[in-house]
Amino acid sequence: MSADGAASLSWRQRLLAVAERRLPALTRLRAAESLPVILHRRRIYVLPTGFGIVFGILLVVMQLGALNYSNNPALLLTCLLAGAAWMSMFSGFRTLAGLELIGMNAADCHAGDAVAVHLLFAESRRARPALQVDWNGVHRAFAIHSGPSQGLTIPLPTRQRGWLRPGRLKLWTEQPLGLFVIWSWVNPDVSILVYPEVESNAPPLPKGTSNQGDRSTPGEGDDYSGLRDYRSGDPQRRIAWKASARHDTLLVRESESQVDDNVTLDYAALEGLDRESRIRRLTAWVLAADAAMISYALCVPGQVIGPGIGSRHRQRCLRMLALLPDAPQ
Amino acid sequence: MRLSNRQFNLLAVTALLAVLTHAARLPWWLTAVFLLIAPLRMISRSRGSKPISAWWRVPMVVALFAVIILHYGNFFGREPGSALACGLLMLKLLESERVRDARAALGFSAFVLMSALLGTQTIGFTLAVCASLIVLLASLNALQPAPLDPGRPLRGELRHGALLFGFGLPLAAAAFLFIPRLGSPLWGTPGGPQEARTGLSDNMSPGSMTELLVDDSPALRVTFTGAPPAPPSRYFRAIVLWDFDGRTWSREDGRPQRVLEPVVPLAAEVDYEITLEPTDRPWLVALDVPMEAPEQARMSKDRTLYGRNRVSQVRQYSVRSVLAYQLAPELEEFDRRRALQLPAGFNPETIALARSWRETDPRPESMVRRALDLIRDNFTYTLVAPPLGRNSVDEFLFDTRAGYCEHFSSAFVFLMRAAGIPARVVTGYQGGWWNVAGDYLLVRHSDAHAWAEVWLEGRGWVRVDPTAAVNPARIESGSSSAADQQGWFAGDWLLEIRNRLDLVNRLWTQTIVQFNALRQKSLLSPIGISEARQSDLLLALVITVVVVLLIATGWVLRPGKVRSVDKLDAAWQAFRQKIARHGYPAKPQEGPIAWLNRLKPQIGASNDRNRIEHIVRQYVQLRYAQSEPDARQVSILSGEIREFRLSGKLGPSENQAATDSGD
Repeated sequence: MSADGAASLSWRQRLLAVAERRLPALTRLRAAESLPVILHRRRIYVLPTGFGIVFGILLVVMQLGALNYSNNPALLLTCLLAGAAWMSMFSGFRTLAGLELIGMNAADCHAGDAVAVHLLFAESRRARPALQVDWNGVHRAFAIHSGPSQGLTIPLPTRQRGWLRPGRLKLWTEQPLGLFVIWSWVNPDVSILVYPEVESNAPPLPKGTSNQGDRSTPGEGDDYSGLRDYRSGDPQRRIAWKASARHDTLLVRESESQVDDNVTLDYAALEGLDRESRIRRLTAWVLAADAAMISYALCVPGQVIGPGIGSRHRQRCLRMLALLPDAPQ
Repeated sequence: MRLSNRQFNLLAVTALLAVLTHAARLPWWLTAVFLLIAPLRMISRSRGSKPISAWWRVPMVVALFAVIILHYGNFFGREPGSALACGLLMLKLLESERVRDARAALGFSAFVLMSALLGTQTIGFTLAVCASLIVLLASLNALQPAPLDPGRPLRGELRHGALLFGFGLPLAAAAFLFIPRLGSPLWGTPGGPQEARTGLSDNMSPGSMTELLVDDSPALRVTFTGAPPAPPSRYFRAIVLWDFDGRTWSREDGRPQRVLEPVVPLAAEVDYEITLEPTDRPWLVALDVPMEAPEQARMSKDRTLYGRNRVSQVRQYSVRSVLAYQLAPELEEFDRRRALQLPAGFNPETIALARSWRETDPRPESMVRRALDLIRDNFTYTLVAPPLGRNSVDEFLFDTRAGYCEHFSSAFVFLMRAAGIPARVVTGYQGGWWNVAGDYLLVRHSDAHAWAEVWLEGRGWVRVDPTAAVNPARIESGSSSAADQQGWFAGDWLLEIRNRLDLVNRLWTQTIVQFNALRQKSLLSPIGISEARQSDLLLALVITVVVVLLIATGWVLRPGKVRSVDKLDAAWQAFRQKIARHGYPAKPQEGPIAWLNRLKPQIGASNDRNRIEHIVRQYVQLRYAQSEPDARQVSILSGEIREFRLSGKLGPSENQAATDSGD
């Protein structure tokens, strides 16, 4: 009895091991895998669609009719149709087989918005029309032409800040006749950083912490105290041409007033709000300060960033806010 | 997802094609309505109109059923069935707004296409219907999203349709050959109420054969084991008509009779095989006097053949006949009375003429000759015969004096009976066109003929063809030369071409239409199975299908190597592989220069180092310093790479290792 049980167990294990090895998309691919991923035959699955089943029944009925009336031309017609229908399975398989997903990148995004994820496919030797992708409830149809690598952008919905694991995506096609669905699961090992939600109608930025008394208006004071990298949108007349020529990169004068105007965005100062509300407001402030080109520092429990300015600084701040643990330590 | 206009239009075209294949069987006004519905809906959709509401669709369904009931009386049979199927397809088209509807409509179109072939099986029609499958497949393909070339998607779809059609051919051929045919139908008798087909009828009245004589579709094809008989003796008997009611020649229904008219052969028998086109009538045709009935057929007393069922499919049978014979040397009294019977009160002038002949010379042979002389001298052969009244024979013999075979045979037999000679009318075919290429005789419906048989003491039933007397060409060279009244379109040259093309039709009939359970049995004889059972056929089917599918699978799964088309890239790949074999592959994120820098300290021999550095720099120069690398330089570089061999080894050298450890 027990020996039997052990034997059957080993059989099951062996079967599972075979399945694991041979059919990765059914079993192992629930775990994430690193790109690039080639859709090879072991991970492509084919089943008739509902329409395919109905069409098959129709073919059988037509064939029975032709046989019953011993009408060979009608039988020939149904045979031709059945042959084409069957071959459509192979044609569809070829559409998907060999497709290679080589990369994935995502644009900046705040929780609640859709993140535009760009899927990049390797160069393809054959054209692949009517491909479809299902990913987190988003559906897109696209075609890959033969030639250099091509991509596709999918807007994925986001709900909360932090790392988004988009999970498995289903690449499938019903090409060419819609009789068979050919699909493959891909679970790319990627994480997308989702910045916190931006509080709408956030209060204005807090006052700067230093030189509160004689705050000069931020702007184009002639005396400048520093240079920074050029950002698109900077007025041309503030470009420090000589310095730029020396450093081989475009530099912009920063007026003294801006440097002085140092804002501290402090998590602890936001009393009376819950944790997520504070993070939302800090996010809104970071964006506001960045847009106004005000130097700012960000203090959250245990960490301080800045003061600083620029896109890299903004990204560091947003990243820190996004990755703040859920509960206070 | 709502169908785009393009998808809908393609669907509508497919449905139209399906309806067109039934057009010959529908009343013209119904076809016109169907053919109008689809373009109207195409236009209204392109103008952005909404889906048609159920308020319109339900009355249209009711109207369709009402029209069919009013016109046909029921829903069964081929013609009402065709009308119903086409009508429902058009209604489905009208309500098709989604992919799902379109698929249902396309599946139904396939069914309608197939049912069109149940009626007509000619080669041209079958090929046309099969070709329209390509359009059907293309419209199925058009329902897929994201076409490759959104600007001109139709081309891609038609290409897909044609490719699939082509790929499906081997499977289709295997299935067609090996799907076991049914010995007997599963349900119903093939047919039901039949559409009218032209063919020989079992009665004959003035004008009843005109339709047949202008129908030049094939009636039968004959292949002879030996030499074919000479044209004047190609008489194919089908029906013997005994009874005359003054207007119509007929026969009482042919009950099976055990006693046949005895036949004494006077010449060698002729062996032949007949392929009879469907007639929807039970009788079979045989050359002159058949010796015995073929399989699944019987012979009536007067030696004509008929099958158990109506001939609704092409039928093939072998017969032996004799062309010189004594048929019924002794005439039974019952038959003699039957062959002398005349209706009372008809054709008094003819009866008077026959009596006067009898008084001058009572010998039957001389009376037959006199009758033939009369016809030869005074009568003309025409297919446009004047109409005849009550005393049809009198009017024909003494008044109109123009007609064709049925007038002549009818008048001749009446005259003979009036003269006391037993006589009967025989209908069938006479003549035919000998196809030299195919070695067979083609007999058309227009070769239908009627002649007479008279019974003479000591000779039995003797064939007398009065038409031959008035128009010998009709018998010598066929009906076409006799019918010179017809227009240019039926001229000799056209018929000649059609006769030659009939070889294709015959091949089609023999290989496709006639491929029945019997033929299928001998299909496996090349591999040693002379009598294939159904299980053998199924096995053959499975094997062939599996082989085809294996080939297809191999084609699909063959490793798709991404060949580098770029020569420079190919050379560079080869170089990287050569270096990688020595244990220093380039990392995926590593550019050529970084790789070179990592590589340099590992190269022992200085000439190796120089060559590697030269190759890498040359590659970088060609690849990155110019938009299009110079072809000559690329080929020089790839030559260098091809000949490149490391003379030393790769690996940390002694002094290099020392500096490494020093860091």
